[in-house]
Amino acid sequence: MAEVLLQGEQRVFMTGNEVVAWAAVAAKADIMYGYPITPQNEIMHYWTRLAPKHGKRFLQVEDEISAGFTTVGGVMTGRKAFTATAGPGNVLMQESANMAEMMRVPIVYVVQQRGGPSTATVIYAQQETTLTCFGGNGEGHRLVYSTATHQELFDYTIKAFNMAWTYRFPTFVLGDGYQAKMRESLTMYNPEEKGIQLVKPVPLLGDTTKPERQFKHLRNTYNTEDELYKVVMNNQRDWDNMAEKVVEWDEKGCEDAEVILLTHGIVARSAITAYQQLRAEGKKVGFFRPITLRPFPGKELKEAIKNAKKLLVAESAYGQFLKMVQNNIFGSQIEIVPLLRPGVGITTEEIVAEYHKLS
Amino acid sequence: MQELEEDGILQPAMPSCWCQETKPHKFCPGCGHGIILKVLGEAIDELGIKDTMVFGCDIGCSLLSWDLFSIDTVQTHHGRTTPVITGMKRANSDIIGVAYMGDGGGYAIGSQHLFNAAVRNEKITILLCNNCNYGMTGGQMAPTTLPGMKTETTPYGRDVSETGYPTKGPEMVAAVAPEGAYVARGTIANVRQLKGFIKKALENQIAGRGISFVECLSSCPTNWRTNAKQTWEFVEKDMAGFFKVGELRGSEVKEG
Ligand SMILES: Cc1ncc(C[n+]2csc(CCOP(=O)(O)OP(=O)(O)O)c2C)c(N)n1
Ligand code: SF4
Ligand SMILES: [Mg+2]
Repeated sequence: MAEVLLQGEQRVFMTGNEVVAWAAVAAKADIMYGYPITPQNEIMHYWTRLAPKHGKRFLQVEDEISAGFTTVGGVMTGRKAFTATAGPGNVLMQESANMAEMMRVPIVYVVQQRGGPSTATVIYAQQETTLTCFGGNGEGHRLVYSTATHQELFDYTIKAFNMAWTYRFPTFVLGDGYQAKMRESLTMYNPEEKGIQLVKPVPLLGDTTKPERQFKHLRNTYNTEDELYKVVMNNQRDWDNMAEKVVEWDEKGCEDAEVILLTHGIVARSAITAYQQLRAEGKKVGFFRPITLRPFPGKELKEAIKNAKKLLVAESAYGQFLKMVQNNIFGSQIEIVPLLRPGVGITTEEIVAEYHKLS
Repeated sequence: MQELEEDGILQPAMPSCWCQETKPHKFCPGCGHGIILKVLGEAIDELGIKDTMVFGCDIGCSLLSWDLFSIDTVQTHHGRTTPVITGMKRANSDIIGVAYMGDGGGYAIGSQHLFNAAVRNEKITILLCNNCNYGMTGGQMAPTTLPGMKTETTPYGRDVSETGYPTKGPEMVAAVAPEGAYVARGTIANVRQLKGFIKKALENQIAGRGISFVECLSSCPTNWRTNAKQTWEFVEKDMAGFFKVGELRGSEVKEG
């Protein structure tokens, strides 16, 4: 019998990787497949310690291609299955993510970004933004949550399973090495006690409990352009319909702001502190942060910046987030000031200093 | 198998787990894939495992079997059928998982999956169609292309000093798989024997003993550009001369 997990609320102090493992248990994930890569390793380390106590499984496979595809297989049997990776591993996992997009497989990936390109650093970056949102030979039919805090890692890992199994698109929790390795406090909870319903997984095929079932033929290959067009457009429609229901963002003080600080993920933490400091000094500054990068809160961003003069875009990559912003506010005349630091953290002081250069 | 004669007309003998609506199948005339899958179908019928089975097919001409059986089927990516079926079996051990692939899928792009599935003794059945070339993409050299054999990418014949010798898959799997594995090489030139091998492979999985792997020597007259006589000669003489037919592991497993 599995132990009863997480009763009431528990205040804890732990690393982000540990948080993800606990969140996966709280979300009632059944099985994890994985391949070691820093800075994600401890998700597996904690999962392999927690899993047997809760009747859950783990399989270490030969590479991330396999980790992605074994996870796809696990999901297809109607189990909540997930995997976690980073950097070059994320590159290899995109092949499975593509199959999941096409065949609407509700797979969950946790990505703890590290430096790139290539092997680069095992520490930190936001350079997997484009890859995670659009990696592959498709249209980016996926859901991507960019987390900033350990609390969010917990909340959104649980949510990722729920959204994946509701909308049947591959779902990513996009963290980074700082979040993975840093310790901080958060509140863990049993989602069901909080009224968060956990979406029940159902087998896509191989439901051995129903021998009388109608067999299914699942494929991702098509004979003609028209056949494919129908499938992709159907997915696009579903994705568009989902988009407005799941899009998430955070904004503060944008109504009267002259300059808006625009960031995502952990950089948003520096930005929010910068925002608070500058506001305390009476500066007309605003804060905007997409939580979902796919779908991107484009409408909301456009609305938020409509009275502002400048947009300070800061990211730990050379313009990956910036391109998404430009794309989504197309037509706006606002001046964009980029602060681009590939593979390097961005502090509150740096954002404040950049702000002061503007006036 | 259905009655051979219906309404006084002789019907093609079709395993009952074959999906009638999608017949005739999509393989070229003279292709070995259809023979292997017919034998597999008969084995499935005899073992009565249709309802607990998941059939996975690769990219290659094996993908043409995506709607061949009245069985839950998933068509995956080139080389990735082994991990998909592995993932399923690990998540739900009640499933009988069969991964079907070509020699390119199994020995080239998916070789790391085959090797490691064997090392881990995954409780799945892998069936691999060896047709000495990449059929679907138009007849390029495969890991199994015979020395001197002409393909689109070896127009003057496979030069082993440049490209090495053909991969001997069952020998490799047999060398690395732990106790409990079943490994064999059959041929479409001996369907009765092939059926025995495939059946034992499935039984090995049902018994939960370990991995089961059967390579099937097959034909690709379209890309070989051979007539019927030449096709059979190639399968029976050239291929069988290089790839030894028989059981390599687990031959003590009794036919059920
Ligand atoms: C990642 C990837 N690379 C290449 C291809 C192109 N491709 C399709 S089928 C195939 C070869 C198939 O050969 P084999 O596995 O021997 O199967 P056969 O057609 O001979 O039965 C290749 C290379 C692909 N679909 N995906
Ligand atoms: S190309 Fe070769 S392997 Fe493919 S269906 Fe035709 S004969 Fe069979
Ligand atoms: Mg082949």
